[in-house]
Amino acid sequence: MHLTPEEWQALRLSLTVSLRAVAVSLPLAAMVALLLARGRFPGRTLLDALVHLPLVVPPVVTGWLLLLVFGLRGPVGAPLAEWFGIRLAFTAEGAALATGVMTFPLIVRAVRLSLDGLDRGLEDAAATLGATRLDRFLTVTLPLMAPGLLSGAVVAFAAGLGEFGAVITFASNIPGETQTLPLAIYSATQSPGGEAVAARLAAISFTLAILGLLASDLLSRWLARRLGRG
Amino acid sequence: MLEVALRHRFPGPAGFMLDAAFTAPAPGVTVLFGASGSGKSSILAAVAGLLRPREGRVALGGTTLTDTAAGRFLPPEARRCAVVFQEGRLFPHRSVEGNLRYGLRRAPRGAEGPGFEEVVALLGLGPLLARRPGLLSGGEKQRVALGRALLARPALLLLDEPLAALDMPRRTEILPFFEALRDAARLPMLYVTHALEEADRLADTLVLLQGGRVQAAGPLEALTARTDLPLLAARRDAGVVLRCELAGQERGLTRLAFPGGTLLAPFPEGPAGRHIRLRVRARDVAVARAGAPALSTDNALPAVLQGIEPAGERECFLRLGIGPSILLARVTLDAVRRLALRPGETVTALINAVGGERG
Repeated sequence: MHLTPEEWQALRLSLTVSLRAVAVSLPLAAMVALLLARGRFPGRTLLDALVHLPLVVPPVVTGWLLLLVFGLRGPVGAPLAEWFGIRLAFTAEGAALATGVMTFPLIVRAVRLSLDGLDRGLEDAAATLGATRLDRFLTVTLPLMAPGLLSGAVVAFAAGLGEFGAVITFASNIPGETQTLPLAIYSATQSPGGEAVAARLAAISFTLAILGLLASDLLSRWLARRLGRG
Repeated sequence: MLEVALRHRFPGPAGFMLDAAFTAPAPGVTVLFGASGSGKSSILAAVAGLLRPREGRVALGGTTLTDTAAGRFLPPEARRCAVVFQEGRLFPHRSVEGNLRYGLRRAPRGAEGPGFEEVVALLGLGPLLARRPGLLSGGEKQRVALGRALLARPALLLLDEPLAALDMPRRTEILPFFEALRDAARLPMLYVTHALEEADRLADTLVLLQGGRVQAAGPLEALTARTDLPLLAARRDAGVVLRCELAGQERGLTRLAFPGGTLLAPFPEGPAGRHIRLRVRARDVAVARAGAPALSTDNALPAVLQGIEPAGERECFLRLGIGPSILLARVTLDAVRRLALRPGETVTALINAVGGERG
């Protein structure tokens, strides 16, 4: 299949945006999942709802809220731009931020699932064998969370490739800067005679999605074998 | 010396209250015996530091592990109380060797204990080292769990119903390891079980628990000779546990010497001098007036009738002194009347040793 340089650019951009989004949100999502699964603090339910909001609110609304907060005049966006020269709205970094926020709940849910299935008795056993709290986390909890982390990351990456509403609202549709695959498809369908381009890009999206799901399946099987449950 | 005194109320509608105190010599094996729900596993968790009691004190040797009055509570990782759990709790993401070395790597420098090779040999773990715990049988898992706990070089080994999840053949396979450990290592052990056979074979000190309270605590032989403890005396296999020594063969049977006498029993032959424990069930002991005729029972020993103690409406326990040892016989009240038995008299104790438990 022959792709034009512009189309290659959209594909590359989609991959890097989604990758950056996952890289940043993975550790944060893991911490939030731990807090939600084990913490007993006031506001836990509120945090839970907040994390899941992007799943249920229209993506355009999420994008608009990001614009309000991280825009050049927003309460976070203004100091970022003024003090550090970091601009998020209408940039590739902003596209990654929007994607990260949208896929955050997917990772949290996957990690929580693996935490709920984790026998806390194993951590007790490690403690009686002389392992301190941090030691227990690094040698028992984290390795047993790994399946959740990995599958969450893969699913979030695959979903991030297709993020549309929040990205176009917050980062706009700038070719070469924020025009990811779905945005390029959208633009193609809007221009006369763009059906062929749209079809090619759609095929690529489709292939990537299938590959992502396959990868996630293979990973979880491999991990299950490693954990001796396979 | 292991000192335990705990008061703890568990939350929930049942509101189970644990109020238990006992002391036990250490080194030695202390067995917490009771039905499920009697609080024995909670006591073990409190000793391990996995349960923080509302009030209480736990001390081992000169070290205070918990003292709520002084605001002291050592975290489990600082207690050196390794636990063998009922379900093993092996780390599924580590090989058997990785599991074994987990505790070893974290043992305090200079702590005494068996080495890796030694433990692997003792428990026969060589062929399993590269395997994942998920693929082990129940018996293998418990052997690995025991090895892992031993290699952590604990000051006290805690065992929480380590055989309960295993079938009979596996239990008989693992019990000897515990016995070997008791006899070879001077490692104090606290062993929780609801199986009397395990208590018979392992206990130096027995602690009887019921409804979160200690019914009695003391040396195994002394407690099994008491008739006022329903947990023991109301059982079909109630009877005294005797410590015996193998003393050769006679008439195709094995001679078992105990303080005050000798018993003949169909017991597997073994090296003379080996120590074993024999539960002589009260219902396998009968008495006769001195000068009994020839009987089918294997043993007839002169005994002093020390007391007649009630056991239900129609039966009673006879307390028989044979030298310094005590045996219990369970007979009907009618038999006591017919023979006109009175405390202080000398009688002949007839013992069918067939029913004795080895150990």
